[in-house]
Amino acid sequence: MTEDWDVIVIGGGNAALCAAIEAAESGARVLILESAPKVYRGGNSRHTRNFRCMHDGPLSVLTDSYGEDEYFDDLLRVTKGETDETLARLVIRSSEDCLPWMEAHGVRFQPSLSGTLSLGRTNAFFLGGGKALVNAYYATAEDLGIAVRYDTEVTHVTIEGDRFTGVRVRGPDGVADIAGRAAVIAAGGFQGDIDWLADAWGPAARNFLIRGTPYNRGVVLRDMLDQGAISVGDPTQCHAVAIDGRASKFDGGIVTRLDCVPFSVVVNKDGQRFYDEGEDVWPKRYAIWGRLVAAQPGQVAYAIIDSRSLDLFMPSVFPPENADTLEGLATKFGLPPEAVRDTIDRFNAACRDGPFHPTDLDGLTTQGIAPAKTNWARPITEPPFYGYSLRTGVTFTYLGLKVDKSARVSGPKGRYDNIWAAGETMAGSILGQGYLAGFGMTIGTVFGRIAGQEAAAHVR
Amino acid sequence: MFDETIAEARRQVEICNACRYCEGYCDVFPALMRLRDHDDGDIVQLANLCHNCRGCYYACQYVPPHEFAINLPAVLAEVRVESWERHAWPRRFARLFQRNGVAVAGLLIVAIALLLLMAQAVPSASGEDFYAVLSHGTMVALFLPAFVLPLVSVAVSLRRYWAEIGGGPLRPTDVLRAASDSMRLRNLSGGQGQGCNFEAEDRFSNRRRRFHQAMLWGFLLCFASTASGTVLHYGFGLEAPYGFWSLPKLLGVPGGVLLVIGCSGLAWLKTQADASLGAVFAWGGEMAFVLLLGLTGLTGLALYASASTTALPVLLAIHLGTVLAFFLLLPFSKMTHAFYRLAALTADASARR
Repeated sequence: MTEDWDVIVIGGGNAALCAAIEAAESGARVLILESAPKVYRGGNSRHTRNFRCMHDGPLSVLTDSYGEDEYFDDLLRVTKGETDETLARLVIRSSEDCLPWMEAHGVRFQPSLSGTLSLGRTNAFFLGGGKALVNAYYATAEDLGIAVRYDTEVTHVTIEGDRFTGVRVRGPDGVADIAGRAAVIAAGGFQGDIDWLADAWGPAARNFLIRGTPYNRGVVLRDMLDQGAISVGDPTQCHAVAIDGRASKFDGGIVTRLDCVPFSVVVNKDGQRFYDEGEDVWPKRYAIWGRLVAAQPGQVAYAIIDSRSLDLFMPSVFPPENADTLEGLATKFGLPPEAVRDTIDRFNAACRDGPFHPTDLDGLTTQGIAPAKTNWARPITEPPFYGYSLRTGVTFTYLGLKVDKSARVSGPKGRYDNIWAAGETMAGSILGQGYLAGFGMTIGTVFGRIAGQEAAAHVR
Repeated sequence: MFDETIAEARRQVEICNACRYCEGYCDVFPALMRLRDHDDGDIVQLANLCHNCRGCYYACQYVPPHEFAINLPAVLAEVRVESWERHAWPRRFARLFQRNGVAVAGLLIVAIALLLLMAQAVPSASGEDFYAVLSHGTMVALFLPAFVLPLVSVAVSLRRYWAEIGGGPLRPTDVLRAASDSMRLRNLSGGQGQGCNFEAEDRFSNRRRRFHQAMLWGFLLCFASTASGTVLHYGFGLEAPYGFWSLPKLLGVPGGVLLVIGCSGLAWLKTQADASLGAVFAWGGEMAFVLLLGLTGLTGLALYASASTTALPVLLAIHLGTVLAFFLLLPFSKMTHAFYRLAALTADASARR
């Protein structure tokens, strides 16, 4: 081994950068190993856009206040109790100090983006989005003298007894061993490894799309688990939402979201409805629809609207298919035209007169069909007809490394001496299921900072 | 060719409209978000609103090699330059000078040569200082049309532009707001004063904004200097040369200095910046124009410094030749962006209202 670093940070996203910056500011010599090339650096943080933050009164761009208990209740609701309260409250309480720290390290915030006004109190949006945040942190890291290697994948974490001693990497110059006195693992989940996803979830997962980076392949996670590291989180589960079925296999990000379902009739490959499209407003339902679509034949579904509903939702990146008749639209999608016609006819016949309010739960419900559509049930009658295909888009996986409140990772014989973890790699402790907008960045920032501080203190 | 560029810009703009992460950087994003469908005029308006700060490029998760291949600053720059060429009158000059630095240099040489010849050929009746080289009447006879005709051409172009983007009636408040935005270069502020991403990749800097302001304010001071000279000449019978404590000099000397600093700075930044985030085909023409503008300031200062020396006649010809080339290129060079920018900002102010 020719190199020797104080702290080796495995990963190059938000959590990794927060850890690296904290460690370097404590005087440690820090190396960041990012498996992606520079243009794709930053893991899933590249696609994020906000930070959920507790605050006592107005703070930066955040209005009003958002207390610890309300925040924790929001978390309990989405995780249905699948959380570690001690760690969760640590994240929530620390978030308030993180926001000024982020600003001091180059991150800029802006008021809530249009279309997300409901988050203006709880979530601080990054000016320019997550990649701008990542850029700011890399610039800060560079100024602090932190070394960064891109295209450099850690293939093995060398552990002797309870001690981390170095990593084996595969980079542009081939395979090498790099020694280090402490490690921070912030390498994300494993959703980029479709085989692993299919092993865990079942063969249907091969039809899933991955919304974020293709570089989160779980190589380090698997290596650690193989060496006996203690895991948390359901290994078979991932967070998934319904997205535009034409999105690419990886990295489609925010623009592939489709907000049309509440105003649609959604059918599967056989032209049959399978769930209440109008159960609730879309931000509260898109995750459920990820699983619903995953359960349909071929893991695909089709949302059909008429011309009256086209402007009721955010524009999507791909234009909808359209046709003057329902049969024509069905044919374009390769669906059985008669079945689609029949489904829509039955749906239309079940619609009732009443006020239609696209932005509120309007209670405009169908009668006499199953499944019912319980809001926004307006007949699909006005040509041209439009349609979008829907597929399951995976955001992240829940399986991760177990950490304590100092972000230290545990192995078969208790805590490792000098291995910490942050970000999606350990988020399963706190987010056992579900998701709370902007909370992934909060976990990453809080635990990244803790991991960096602890690792630097260890090597001092 | 133009249709293809517009179509590509529309493709990118519609991806931006589905993302919206950049809405805090400048006026382009709120403007594109106001519409769901963007016709050709909308795209041309967005292009002329874009100041090429490049903040959105470096913040974008979809830049090449991502399959969405977003490079909004570049495609809007291409649409922008092509829109100036399309609306230019006469059109063929625009294409020549907009894209071709050598053509700009060639015109400059011709203009200087013309002035040198005139200085020799046209006998000066009387006059002091440089009017001894070239009479006031001769200068007016040359520069009045050389100033007015290009402005007429710009006016024709702007009318075409306004029709293309579907601009409504002009309101003074919108024009004032546009003027204020362009004086402050609000759209190069990055939204929060951190500046743009021009010469240092993803790091923000205010250099381009400051140099552009020096250039703009310097240019306006020089223009005011010339205008004040005209007023003194015709209004008060006070003829050049003017002393240092006169209005033309008090405006012109700092103006010339600012112009030289601004243009040198902008030219230097242009060599540092990634050319592929602009209209690559127009790089040479743009660079030549910045240098030409800087040269008007530099030769003006040199002329002032050469007063009562033997270098004066030659420097006068060089300076006047430079100014002549600048005027003639007004509608056919990067200079025209000033007019389009004001129009675009005015239209945007109206749309925001």
